[in-house]
Amino acid sequence: MGIVTIISIWILPCLIGFVLVYATFKRVQTYEEFVEGGKEGFSIAISIIPYLVGMLVAISVFRASGAMDFLIQIIKPFLSAVGVPSEVVPLALIRPISGTGALAMTSDLIATHGPDSFIGRLASTMQGSTDTTLYILTVYFGAVGIRKMGDALKVGLLADLVGIISAVIVVILVF
Amino acid sequence: MVNIIWVFMFVFGLLFAAINGTMDEVNKVLFKSAQEAVVICIGLISILVFWLGLMNIAKTAGLLDKLTGLFRPVVSRIFPEVPKDHPAMGYILSNMVANLFGLGNAATPMGIKAMEEMKRLNNDRVEASRSMITFLAINTSSLTLIPTTVIAIRMNYESASPTEIVGTTIIATACSTISAILIDRYFYTRRVRKRRL
Repeated sequence: MGIVTIISIWILPCLIGFVLVYATFKRVQTYEEFVEGGKEGFSIAISIIPYLVGMLVAISVFRASGAMDFLIQIIKPFLSAVGVPSEVVPLALIRPISGTGALAMTSDLIATHGPDSFIGRLASTMQGSTDTTLYILTVYFGAVGIRKMGDALKVGLLADLVGIISAVIVVILVF
Repeated sequence: MVNIIWVFMFVFGLLFAAINGTMDEVNKVLFKSAQEAVVICIGLISILVFWLGLMNIAKTAGLLDKLTGLFRPVVSRIFPEVPKDHPAMGYILSNMVANLFGLGNAATPMGIKAMEEMKRLNNDRVEASRSMITFLAINTSSLTLIPTTVIAIRMNYESASPTEIVGTTIIATACSTISAILIDRYFYTRRVRKRRL
């Protein structure tokens, strides 16, 4: 544990320090460049708002109505057939759609089954090894004003499926 | 595709609420989640301003070019449509490096810069280009080496070994990232074939 914690505490400050010292040696007008680059951040954040509002409202209606739970009950047998334990099926299905939902579910699974149980380890691995596909697509495409995502969603969701199945296999093999 | 999924979530959710008697909950979350989305975006401002500022320093100092030079052989194979010395390459790489080290909030601004450059390469069209889809496929499959949030949760629940899942996470991530690249390739060749027909 020690080394990992130390690395994650030190890495950011070291990175910032390195960039600043290196740039100073290269005679870069550091402060002016910082302000110049930072200006863009504001407009990018604002331009994402409509995309994210649209997506988050739809997701929350879908979840709050109970429709998501209903769909999960339908899909559950199929994922269980592939070998995904039924306890983590909801997590597997929510992970690509809602980051906060998945995080809450992971904490809940770890709390109920214990962090060092099979389910606890599997939930941890699943949470860490894939990302919130829908959120990432919304933010990145939204920031640059892309309205036609092409195959991006299909590719992202299929990769999530592979990630979930490999998480199950790896956790069974390792522990 | 996005339009259909978006409308489906709304309409199916509303229908379900009508049948299931959960309309009350739906009303409650409707505007709460809209507010949540705005709060997330406002929260992004500080992160975006800071990291885009620092990135600009790194770019002017030539650090981005150095980084690009280091990983060029691998990455130019994954992104054949991005010219080797194009600034997009530097941003793509810094996004990946930030992701690898679990610097999620640094990765997003760099990724957005990469998307901007790729859009320019695509003549500012509103459709996603091939490189963008590849880039996001890699991003959605997550490139983490150290899943800090999960480790923190495990510590909270007094795990005997909070970091024991680091290894399994790396392997699972590698599987999903590699398959993301392969699946992306498959869809690309399918698109090309369709266009020829």
